[in-house]
Amino acid sequence: MDFAFDEEQDDLRQTVRGALTRELPVAALREFYEAPEEQKAVLARARWSMLSSLGAPALLVPESADGLGLSDVDLVGVMEEAGWAALPEPLLETAALAAPMLATLLPAPSAAAALHALLTEDAPLAVGGIDVGVGGPSSPTSVSADGMLRTPRVVGARDAAVYLLACRDPDSGWQLHAVPAEACAVHPTATLDQARDLSTVRWPLSSDTLLAYGVAAEASVGLMADRAAAGSAAYLIGLADRMITMAADYAKERQQFGKPIGSFQAVKHLLANARVTLEFARPATYRAAWSLATAQPTVSRDASMAKALASDTADLAARVALQVHGAIGYTWECDLHFFMKRAWALSRAWGDAGTHRQLVLAQARRPSLPT
Amino acid sequence: MDLTFDGAHEAFRAEARAWLAAHVPHEPLPSLDTAAGFEAHRAWEATLFADRWSVVSWPVEYGGRDVGIMEWLIFEEEYYRARAPKRVSQNGIFLLAPTMLEYGTPAQKKRFLLPMAAGEEIWCQGWSEPDAGSDLAGIRSRAVRNGAGDGWLLTGQKTWASRGAFAEWCFGIFRTDPEAERHRGLTYFLIAIDSPGVTVRPIPQIDGETGFAEIFFDNVEVPDGQVLGAEGSGWSVAMSTAGSERGLSLRSPARYTEAAARLIELFDQHGRPAASADAVARAYIDAEAYRLHTYWTASKVARGHTVGPEASCNKIFWSETDVSIHDTALTLLGPEAELLEAGSPGEWLDGYLFALAGPIYAGTNEIQRNVVAERLLGLPRG
Repeated sequence: MDFAFDEEQDDLRQTVRGALTRELPVAALREFYEAPEEQKAVLARARWSMLSSLGAPALLVPESADGLGLSDVDLVGVMEEAGWAALPEPLLETAALAAPMLATLLPAPSAAAALHALLTEDAPLAVGGIDVGVGGPSSPTSVSADGMLRTPRVVGARDAAVYLLACRDPDSGWQLHAVPAEACAVHPTATLDQARDLSTVRWPLSSDTLLAYGVAAEASVGLMADRAAAGSAAYLIGLADRMITMAADYAKERQQFGKPIGSFQAVKHLLANARVTLEFARPATYRAAWSLATAQPTVSRDASMAKALASDTADLAARVALQVHGAIGYTWECDLHFFMKRAWALSRAWGDAGTHRQLVLAQARRPSLPT
Repeated sequence: MDLTFDGAHEAFRAEARAWLAAHVPHEPLPSLDTAAGFEAHRAWEATLFADRWSVVSWPVEYGGRDVGIMEWLIFEEEYYRARAPKRVSQNGIFLLAPTMLEYGTPAQKKRFLLPMAAGEEIWCQGWSEPDAGSDLAGIRSRAVRNGAGDGWLLTGQKTWASRGAFAEWCFGIFRTDPEAERHRGLTYFLIAIDSPGVTVRPIPQIDGETGFAEIFFDNVEVPDGQVLGAEGSGWSVAMSTAGSERGLSLRSPARYTEAAARLIELFDQHGRPAASADAVARAYIDAEAYRLHTYWTASKVARGHTVGPEASCNKIFWSETDVSIHDTALTLLGPEAELLEAGSPGEWLDGYLFALAGPIYAGTNEIQRNVVAERLLGLPRG
């Protein structure tokens, strides 16, 4: 039993933190937020190149397929750092969901082509067509009158070369497709978080793009849902940590009644509550990563547990950070809203806390002690 | 990162499980806050001690097995799983002993640890006073040099001493230098309850049993050999004990994961009512989160880290999780929750009353939140 990260994992995390501190200080986040669409694409591409140079997008792709051949335990620290920086790019969708799934489907030509695009074209992969509810994964993909499929809330479509899209037919079950961007009609969706890249994508159903169907597709979708829960949990932990840190820093500076507001117990206890919640969400998130890396039978439960705890932590941290900042926190001028908006989005994406609690409960038995 | 137990750990678990299966009393012992129950629990401590299960992580010479923190956690998991009796010696073995192993003289360890491990001498904690609870550094009980200059005379009043009604020994802090800054002039004493001048007045708790006591000291003579740590260093020695109380050693996660497992059983027995589903899931997840956090912390300790103010996060989390688990169970029991009868539901009610003390003892959760804010987040002192 050893819960610690090894030295290489710590180094990887530090490298990513260093790179994001340099390339994505909060001023850069603000610039990105306020940039027009075409400028956003330029900025995002530059950042993605930086992430690619670190190997982050293909971190879970085996070395035999030109990836880094690392595991979810290596990735979890990277995702946490992405959350700390509120990285806008679809690293979760690309590195945690699409790339490892494609790697398992090699040498299928459509999977090989999509991975090739990721590794050589320096473009992320977009992901859509999977939602998580109390009944498990479902697909929001529907069929339009003209026969095209329509998938709402696809993440990362603006910059991706290939879209990984899922649909589910009540009779024939799940299908997973790798669809070239040029085959799709993309309609960007306005979202509160202007750094999120969500779109409605209309795409043609074709056997040329089919990656998996039936039982194999269902297993892939299940694993992607688990990775999405664990990966977004790590991202939310990073966001929560950042918001608590920002609010604590502000509470040390802001003076009222002749002293820093952080000296008042009412303020201290708000922040302490958020800090305690964060403390206990963190190891559960690391455990989920380990369960994914080692294919534990409890992986779905463990991922749901992490997402439930991390979603609540990030929501609480956002509430507390806003309250501690007071009116300035409610302004566009204050940087806090970049982090809050991402937390509000991700705490509900891939299944909110209550949904994941029900998923845990459905699998709850005696705690996972060895028997 | 490897979250599996190795072969040696599994063998240790199997040995503990087999021993507990053979020795844990089939019928629950009477409450340890009654005279008869106290003695029954003391006898159970002797049974544990005889086969070196009472203090597994201690050195062999003091009755332990000299095993690491992981083995201790495994033992605790098995202990709660076997539904073994409450530890009447917990104030000694879990709170005082780690402090004594750190600060005690060889003579003190030799004198006190074995009888503590065997349950022959049960300890209570003499910290709080009528006017010094959360503000512990405000204690007024004092100690002055005796005439011969080889010991101390203790005077004052301690209160809320758990197990105080029946214990043989008390560890407490007394003011030895009234001129010094209030955190400084304190000294940590080990006091025999049968010393002349000690008066114990049991205090009935919320359930009517005498779980704690007031202890009065009237010129109680205590030799120099019963000062733990240096004269005047009582505050830092006491904070070491408080670290054990809030951190890993008082409340191992097995207590909560076992209660959460029983909560799931209760939820099943009641047909998984939708109205309680979210609360049950939260309690179950929090117990597991506490367990994971403990192994995370233990891994850091095993690599040489010390537990700092994070212990206050622990104390808040385990105490509030304990209340949530039992509160949720009582809600599931509904109109049966108030019934005092053997087995469930009476056990849940007992557990609920016990859990409600958690956010108060070992430093209230409000004090812990101050510690988290000031020492983990760096906020200024008020």
